[in-house]
Amino acid sequence: MKSARVQLFLRTCIALGRLCSLASCFFASSSRAQVTPQRLLDSAKEPQNWLMYSGDYAGRRFSALDQINTSNARALVPKWAYQTMAGGKFETTPLVVDGILYGTGQDDRAFALDARTGRPIWQYQRALPADIRPCCGRVNRGLAILGDKVFLGTLDAHVIALDAKTGNVVWDVTAVDYRKGYSFTLAPLAVKNLVILGVSGGEYGIRGFIDAYDADTGTRKWRFYTVPGPGEPGHETWEGDSWKIGGAPAWITGVYDPPTSTTFWTTGNPSPSNRGEGRAGDNLYSNSLLALDPDTGKLKWYFQFTKHDEHDYDATQIPALVDDGDRHLILHADRNGFFYVLDRAAGKLLFANPYAKVTWSAGKYPDGSPATAKAGSPTPEGNRVCPGAAGATNWMSPTYDPQTKLFYVTAREQCDIFSTAPQLYEEGHAYYGSAYFPNEDAEPFWGALRAIDPATGKLKWEFPHPSPTWAGVLSTAGGLVFTGDAEGNFIALDAASGKVLWHFQCGASVYSSPMSFAVDGKQYIAVAAGSALFTFAMP
Amino acid sequence: MSASAKSCSTFPSEPRQVSPLIFLGVAALLICAVLAVSLFAQEKNPFASDPKAAKLGESQFRANCAFCHGLGARGGGRGPDLTRAQKRHGNSDADLFRTINEGIPGTAMPPNGATQQGVGMTAEEIWQVIAYIRSVEKKAPAQPPGNAAQGRGLFYGSAACSTCHMVEGKGGRLGPDLTSTGGVRSVEYIIESIRNPSRRLAQGISEAMKEFSQEYETVTVVTSDGQKIAGVVLNEDSFTLQMMDAREQIHLLEKDKLRSFEKSRESLMPAYDMKTLSEKDLQDIVAFLLSVGSQGGVQ
Repeated sequence: MKSARVQLFLRTCIALGRLCSLASCFFASSSRAQVTPQRLLDSAKEPQNWLMYSGDYAGRRFSALDQINTSNARALVPKWAYQTMAGGKFETTPLVVDGILYGTGQDDRAFALDARTGRPIWQYQRALPADIRPCCGRVNRGLAILGDKVFLGTLDAHVIALDAKTGNVVWDVTAVDYRKGYSFTLAPLAVKNLVILGVSGGEYGIRGFIDAYDADTGTRKWRFYTVPGPGEPGHETWEGDSWKIGGAPAWITGVYDPPTSTTFWTTGNPSPSNRGEGRAGDNLYSNSLLALDPDTGKLKWYFQFTKHDEHDYDATQIPALVDDGDRHLILHADRNGFFYVLDRAAGKLLFANPYAKVTWSAGKYPDGSPATAKAGSPTPEGNRVCPGAAGATNWMSPTYDPQTKLFYVTAREQCDIFSTAPQLYEEGHAYYGSAYFPNEDAEPFWGALRAIDPATGKLKWEFPHPSPTWAGVLSTAGGLVFTGDAEGNFIALDAASGKVLWHFQCGASVYSSPMSFAVDGKQYIAVAAGSALFTFAMP
Repeated sequence: MSASAKSCSTFPSEPRQVSPLIFLGVAALLICAVLAVSLFAQEKNPFASDPKAAKLGESQFRANCAFCHGLGARGGGRGPDLTRAQKRHGNSDADLFRTINEGIPGTAMPPNGATQQGVGMTAEEIWQVIAYIRSVEKKAPAQPPGNAAQGRGLFYGSAACSTCHMVEGKGGRLGPDLTSTGGVRSVEYIIESIRNPSRRLAQGISEAMKEFSQEYETVTVVTSDGQKIAGVVLNEDSFTLQMMDAREQIHLLEKDKLRSFEKSRESLMPAYDMKTLSEKDLQDIVAFLLSVGSQGGVQ
């Protein structure tokens, strides 16, 4: 009898509790709504949030927030830092949705933080096998968000959906066997109800691909192989069986053009990266821009930046979709040292201008694109070529500022000596076919933030860095651009003039692209450096 | 291979059931053990004097080692010259294997597979690299013709090297400490550094995560109060400068507060041409540096 009464009491409590939690759910949902595909399309309507890797579908890395601006930037102060305490490069660009910041760290950590304070809400750590094959660091550049889930690609080639509220794994699918040299390092892109991402592994003789997964279930909806198989157009650009290990990974996040329902992805080097022998031909679709139908994964058109590449000139730089009147453009500063402007409706090159020192190319192809010079090939005794193996730029994001109408890119002035090192392909083993070295002459390497006028391809201004840097660039409506350097500085510059307005010493090189968000009406700038995520705001 | 060897040691603790798993475990352990014995725990290179293996090793060397040790293993900005018969961390095949596989703690030499370039070399590939290194080693031990004792006298005396350079705790601070230089650099490199110090500036501080080390660049500044300071760059970024002047004073400066700031890749060290330093004196100094370096020096 007594126990029955206790039970009744307990039941009432539980029922009340449920009611309470339902109510709180309801109230919370008004401020923390799910991230619908429509919200992603309308990201410009909520500038306080940063809903995808590049900030918007156009890949502009532009924030419409202007609380921090040219008149007050000198007063910026650090607000909080979040330490992953992991070694290696911290390349994440976090997302912010309604006051919660979502990021990733080295070795496929993920975390959700109170964006006002940096205090963690949940943390996730992928249990990685010991024998993963990251070519260039155990990095992860970030997440995609859709519905009530965040998505990451892992170094052991899994695609994982985490509950955005708890960090619990909702689904986990194996894209491919990592032991063959595949991995994911990029932030996926959410389009419609799909999670789209491309694979890394261009240094392992993989066959590159871009995958799309159903966001609810993790079911793969399509795969586009970036190296065409027998019978497919482009297959003839590979010698013999070289296509099977042709590389062409797609290791940086794509962009999306809603009016034409096209998603654009860029691809990396053919394998082996620095040796063309054995893979005669253009090696499609390595070092290319691919225009894909997101519903089917079918190729609409492509443009190849570097044909038959022998210098590791991945085209994996974020393209920016920009409209100039009725001209629909794609701006792309390629690792090979040229700045390309394409018409994105026709997929045609408008012009290509060097924005850094270039010696690999001589002359132009009939379509106006820079031609590969035979004299630039690696040799047994070593051949000095510019840009060097790390490129005139790399994966760090550029930005397009619609206010200044300028394109800002991190440029690296470094030449390398490329030497052949013939090598047999062995599954899952590093496969370079070559080696490169910093040149030993007295010419020092340096870097620069360069502002390019996309109308002409001409340099508007530059801010030199003492050494080449791996930091990307953010532009804001406050008339500012933010970038970092290898010496550890995080820097705010006047977007119009390139004048430095503020800088902060992070204590380690900046290997990431900054972003901006606002909570409770306060604007923040965030950047990862060393093993910490830093945020800055007005005092 | 290094990964499978690692899993060998942990495998036996995994299976909990008495059954085929144990059998598999034992079998795998045996296979691992055989492999480990055959290639890892070896004293001698199975490919010794095999020109084909040396050729394969050259490819491996270029892909994995040459970035620091230079084309042809003659040494680069960071890594020592490996064509020298005398290796700083041991000369035997087993020593070389251990150095390559495990790295040298406290130096820039990483363990195999830890260079962020994936899974590293197999034991077989390491032996091929050793075969390659042996094939380019100078057969005659680098016994320099100079007289080390004379060289010591010159270093601390009339050649005035010790004004700026320290060896075994004695000397100046403006230039790099040369205690270990003779143990890691080629004779050609040392001679070039003396005859033409601006050709390749010595490297100074290396920071974690930063790709390129600071070099011993020459700098001249005029401060806001008109004071002119000349010296070497200890470190520098876009906004600040840390430098040492000829009197070994450290100056910490903000660039935007300077009246002028000028850097040069003309080394502060004078070029010791034939008139300043005879060929014989040069050889004596080289011999001195090599003799100090071969004693292990001070890390």
